[in-house]
Amino acid sequence: MPATENGGDSLIVVRDLDKRYTRGSEEIDVLQGLNLDVKKGEFVAFMGPSGSGKTTLLNLLGGLDVPTSGSVTVAGDEITHLSGKRLTEWRARHVGFVFQMYNLLPVLTAARNVELPLLLTRLSRPERAKRVETALRLVGLQDRTAHYPRQLSGGQLQRVAIARAIIADPTFLLCDEPTGDLDGKSAGEILDLLQALVADHGKTVLMVTHDPRAAERAGRSLHLDKGALVTKGAAA
Amino acid sequence: MKFLPLLLANLSRKKIRTALTVGSFAVALFIFGLLVAVRDAFNTGVDMAGVDRLVITNRTSIIQPLPIAYRDQLLKIPGVAAVTHANWFGGVYQDERNFFPQFAVDAETWPEMYREFLLTEEELKAFRSNRRAAVAGEGLAERFGWKVGDRIPIKGAIFPGDWQFDLVGIYRASRPRDDVTQFWFRYDYLKENGPEWMEGIIGWYVIQLGNADDALPVAEAIDQRFANSAWETRTQTEKALNASFVQQMGNIELLILVIGSVVVFTLLLVTGNTMAAAVRERVSEHAVLKALGYSDRAVLWLVLAEVGLIAAVGGAIGLSAAKLFSLEDPTGGFFPSFFISPEALGVGFGVAVGVGLLAGVIPALQAMRLSVVDAMRRA
Repeated sequence: MPATENGGDSLIVVRDLDKRYTRGSEEIDVLQGLNLDVKKGEFVAFMGPSGSGKTTLLNLLGGLDVPTSGSVTVAGDEITHLSGKRLTEWRARHVGFVFQMYNLLPVLTAARNVELPLLLTRLSRPERAKRVETALRLVGLQDRTAHYPRQLSGGQLQRVAIARAIIADPTFLLCDEPTGDLDGKSAGEILDLLQALVADHGKTVLMVTHDPRAAERAGRSLHLDKGALVTKGAAA
Repeated sequence: MKFLPLLLANLSRKKIRTALTVGSFAVALFIFGLLVAVRDAFNTGVDMAGVDRLVITNRTSIIQPLPIAYRDQLLKIPGVAAVTHANWFGGVYQDERNFFPQFAVDAETWPEMYREFLLTEEELKAFRSNRRAAVAGEGLAERFGWKVGDRIPIKGAIFPGDWQFDLVGIYRASRPRDDVTQFWFRYDYLKENGPEWMEGIIGWYVIQLGNADDALPVAEAIDQRFANSAWETRTQTEKALNASFVQQMGNIELLILVIGSVVVFTLLLVTGNTMAAAVRERVSEHAVLKALGYSDRAVLWLVLAEVGLIAAVGGAIGLSAAKLFSLEDPTGGFFPSFFISPEALGVGFGVAVGVGLLAGVIPALQAMRLSVVDAMRRA
């Protein structure tokens, strides 16, 4: 799907996005004039070599970083000019993150890890517990609620991370190499889960991956090289 | 409260480190509690002194006597409502280490002057009807296991001889820090059985003011009245007199302040270092929390709450231990009272939490300023 001039009915609209880092006296252009449109309910994979700007793009889309120029608009909100506090609030409401190394808190049980985003809301304890139970059931871990991360396998850890990412019902999910640390079987299960979230629950998922088999599971696969989208292809 | 499980989980991460940090606070606040108790013990006489009482001593020295004849003259000075007198006895009970203050007092007026020391009507009546009668403070009686009816033998030093007293009453304190280590017996018993030079003299006078605001003019009037006599007087408030005793022992306040400051500063360094290490270890976790929508300020408060919780628990343990320790006077009656007041406990708890938060400020600021992108890149 090519970028449209005005974004149309896209959920995420990226226009002329530049990101430049300064390292010593050297300036590095990580992203250059990037345009992108993502519709609600899409599953988009970003591929590309190391240093191509995949993770930087994800950080910018998730409001973890600010661009040098250009704009990112999500559900009508342009986030590039939000202040740090507003951006944090926006992130809590709209974005669910899934990381390659799961990034669960080792001292909390699966349920407590999943509950973390809800602690920022006004939900009561029973309401939070109910949502946690639902999320863990959705990822097939309803019988692992009291387990600590050290008691879970890699695939299970990533499932908990996905449950944590969806618990607050975000607008979209950003997954950075979600299968990068998993064996083939577990990776397949995680990709099944992400597909199900898109197909059955209408979630929008943007995933960075090095794995072509993972990218094939996405509805659209985009390739980045030297900070620009070089190939766009439809799949599945 | 909803963050409490997260705080507790973080504290359980390195149990030994948490226990040692809590222990540091507990030990420091235990020492703090005892230091405050010692300082207050030194100041008990000053703090608990009657604001409406003046003490008249010989101008030359407190150990020089005054004539008993001054009593009637004192009563005629405007502003003086009542007069009593006492003598220091300085005897030894069983062993010289068993020190406690012994006063030969006027049985009629002394108990009236010191109404904060509570006696029953029967005890008062017995004190006034038996020349060999004595009254002890409840702390003193407890220290030596005395009970009413006991015969108390005391070996005189200033007043030689083996003196025998009948314990007829045990006075109780009306306030927590009142001195309950005194031993009173009757002046007329001392006079009758003491040396000849005792005739017509007493140790010092205590007067009750009609109005506490008149302390200065009344004191001046008294000293003026006896100026240029053979027995010149020095009149001062009970508080001032007691403060001068404390000052003779050195600058106790400064000493305690220095010790306390060293303890608190050491605690600050230990806790600061511990929290800095804890925050360094959790850089990626704080980054994840921020990615999940926790604000910079929320992360700052989480770190501060964690160190505050350590400080509060450690402080509470230390202060509770100090309070328990002080209940059984560890000085063996060396001080008139050894007591940690609720106010001191409150201040101690505040100091603990304050030191904890202060120690946590720099690590908390580091966590607050953490860049998610940088932290994730490093992880």
